[in-house]
Amino acid sequence: MNIHEYQAKEILRRYGIPVPRGRVAATPQEVSIAASELGGACVLKAQIHAGGRGKAGGVKLTGSPDEAEKKAAEMLGKKLVTHQTGPQGREVKRLLVEEQLHIDREFYLGMVLDRSASRVSVIASVEGGVEIEEVVRRSPEKIFKETIDPAVSLLPFQCRRLGYQIALAGGQVSALTAILQGLYRLFVELDCSLAEINPLLLTREGKLVALDAKMNFDNNALFRQPGIDALRDLDEEDPREFEASKLGLSYIALDGNIGCMVNGAGLAMATMDIIKLYGGEPANFLDVGGGATKDKVTEAFKILLSDKRVKGVLVNIFGGIMRCDVIAQGVVEAAREMRVTVPLVVRLQGTNVELGKKILSESGLSIIPAETMAEAAEKIVKAVKDVRRKE
Amino acid sequence: MAILVNKETRVLTQGITGATGQFHTRACKEYETQMVAGVTPGKGGTSFEGIPIFDTVAQAVGATGANASVIYVPPPFTADAIMEAADGGIELIVSITEGVPVMDMVRVKRFLEGKQCRLLGPNCPGIITPGECKIGIMPGHIYRRGSIGVVSRSGTLTYEAVDQLSRVGLGQSTCVGIGGDPVHGLDFVDVLKLFNEDPGTEAVVMIGEIGGNAEEQTALWIKDHMRKPVVGFIVGQTAPPGKRMGHAGAIISGGQGTAREKIDALKKAGVRVASSPALIGQTMKESLSGNF
Repeated sequence: MNIHEYQAKEILRRYGIPVPRGRVAATPQEVSIAASELGGACVLKAQIHAGGRGKAGGVKLTGSPDEAEKKAAEMLGKKLVTHQTGPQGREVKRLLVEEQLHIDREFYLGMVLDRSASRVSVIASVEGGVEIEEVVRRSPEKIFKETIDPAVSLLPFQCRRLGYQIALAGGQVSALTAILQGLYRLFVELDCSLAEINPLLLTREGKLVALDAKMNFDNNALFRQPGIDALRDLDEEDPREFEASKLGLSYIALDGNIGCMVNGAGLAMATMDIIKLYGGEPANFLDVGGGATKDKVTEAFKILLSDKRVKGVLVNIFGGIMRCDVIAQGVVEAAREMRVTVPLVVRLQGTNVELGKKILSESGLSIIPAETMAEAAEKIVKAVKDVRRKE
Repeated sequence: MAILVNKETRVLTQGITGATGQFHTRACKEYETQMVAGVTPGKGGTSFEGIPIFDTVAQAVGATGANASVIYVPPPFTADAIMEAADGGIELIVSITEGVPVMDMVRVKRFLEGKQCRLLGPNCPGIITPGECKIGIMPGHIYRRGSIGVVSRSGTLTYEAVDQLSRVGLGQSTCVGIGGDPVHGLDFVDVLKLFNEDPGTEAVVMIGEIGGNAEEQTALWIKDHMRKPVVGFIVGQTAPPGKRMGHAGAIISGGQGTAREKIDALKKAGVRVASSPALIGQTMKESLSGNF
C-alpha cells in the first residue's frame, strides 16, 4: 500500500525527522492562506501516488500568496502525466504547500527489505533527487549500504559509517544518525516495505531536512496497522482491484481483452503468459484463491466483466483441494446469472474432473471446453479474434 | 530415495483444531503419512481422529517423537508458531499460512540462525514424497513415484507441472514448495543441493517467478555445482512492473526481477527452460532422452 508525500512527512515528523514547514491544501484559497503563513514564497507540490512529478510540472515555486493561488488553480483538478502514471495521468486533488529552502547538497536515503539477506538494508547515496535505480546502473560506486540485524537494530556506528561515506561533517553525522534511527524505528513499527527520503537536503545553514518522502507498506501487516490503513486514498487505486481485495480475490488490471480467472497466483501468471504466447493479450490477473466457492466465482465474473474491453474469458482451474464439479457448478450459475455473452473457454483439471465437464456440457450454455492449458489459450484467442472479425 | 521426508517422518500439526488444519490433517493421514500429534494451546489432552493434541510443541515432541511440523495457524500467530517449533526440536517446519507480515519473517529468520532445523514457506503448498509422506495441501492423487525432483515458488502451477510429468510417465522423487513470500525458509539452492546428493533423483524441475533475484543466484550455483539436468520455468513474462501479482514476493520493482532476466540467467547456466507453461513435462522428457 502507498501513501501520499504529505502523509509520509507527517509520519517522519512524528519520528523526529526534520521536514520542511508546510501543510496540505485542497483549494486555491487554502493554498493562498498556507502561503501567507509560510511568509509568501513557497513550493507547491502535487499530491499523487507517482514519481516524476518535478519534470511533469507537478512542482512549482511561487513568490507570493497571490501567485500561489493562481498557480494552484492551474494545478488542482488537472490530470498530471508523469513517466510513472501512464498516459491517462492522475488527477491532482491536493497540493502540499511548503517553505522554500536553500540547497547546499542533496542525498538519497532509503530503507528496503533486502530479500537475499532476509533483512532490512539502508542505502545512502551522494546523488539525491534522482531515481536510485538510475544511480545503481550508472555509478554504483556512489551507493553505500548497511544491512540491519533485527536482533540489535540499526547501530550508531553503521549510521556514522554512512555519514562519512557521503562526506558529511561531524555535527551533521550525528544528525544523520538520529534521522536513520528514527527511519528504522518507523520502518519496523509501521511494517514498511520501503521508506525513502529522496532527496535528503543539506541546507546552506547546515541542517539536514527530508525534502521528499515515499513510503510503501506491507499489505500482509495492515491488520495490525489501522492507522496506516486509514491513510489509504481510494482515488489512487483501481476500483476493480480494490473491490476484489475486499472479497479476498487478487485482481490486477492489464491492457488486453481476454479476461482470466484462475486459482493460484503462479498458475494465474502462467495463464496470462500462455495467452500472450498464442497471440492474445490478457485483460487481467485474477487469482480466486485455493478455496473458491460459487459466490467467489460469481463475484470474480462480475469484476472481470465490468471491464468493457473484455471480449472473451478464460477460466483455468487446477482443482486440487477444490473439486472440479463444485467449480463447474459455480461457473455455470455465475455465467447464467451474469448473462455472459462473450466467448467463455473453461479448462478444468484435477479432482472430479469428469463430473465437472459433464456439468458444463449439460448446462445448455455455450461454454467452450478445453483439456490442456495450451488448448484453452489457443481456443480463447481464436474465439476473440472471430468475434472482432464479425464486429 | 527422496529428500527431507519419507515413510519414517513423524508429523505434528500446529493449529490442528482449526477447519483448515483438520481438513488437511485428515487428507495427509489418508495418504498414510504418519500424523502423530497436534498442537493447539488450551486443547491439550484432547484428540482429533485418534491423534493426540498437546498444549505446546515441546510436550508433543516429548510424547510422540514428532520430527516434522506443519503450520496452519492464522497469519498473526504464524511467526510465533514457527519459532516454537524450532525451539521444540522440530527438524523440518512446513509453514502453509499465506499473509504473514514480512517483518515477522525477518525476525523468524534471525531466530533460526544457528539452529538445526529447516523451514519451508510460509505461503507454500508443502512437501511430498509420493507414496510415502505428504505434508501440506497438495492433491496427493496427481503424484507418481519416480525420480524427478520438483522445487517451486508456486502452488497450483506446481500441480500443473507435476500433472504434466505424471502424464508423460515421469514420476517424482520429492516435490518441494519453497513459498511465494519475499522472506522464506529454504531457497532453490538449498533444495537443489539436496537433490544433487540424492541417489533417487535423476533430474530436477525448478519453477520460479518474477520478483527478487533468487533465480539468478540459483543459476550461478547450478552452473558450478549441479550434476543433474535441470528443467526450468519462470512465470510472469506478461506481468506489469510495480504490481504485486498475488504472491507477496511476485513483484518487479525498480526494473529488477523480470522474467526475461531470470530466463536468460538460467539458460546461461545450462538449464533447459520450457517455452510454455504447457510444455514443462514435455521439456523434461526431451531432456532425459537426450533430444536437444
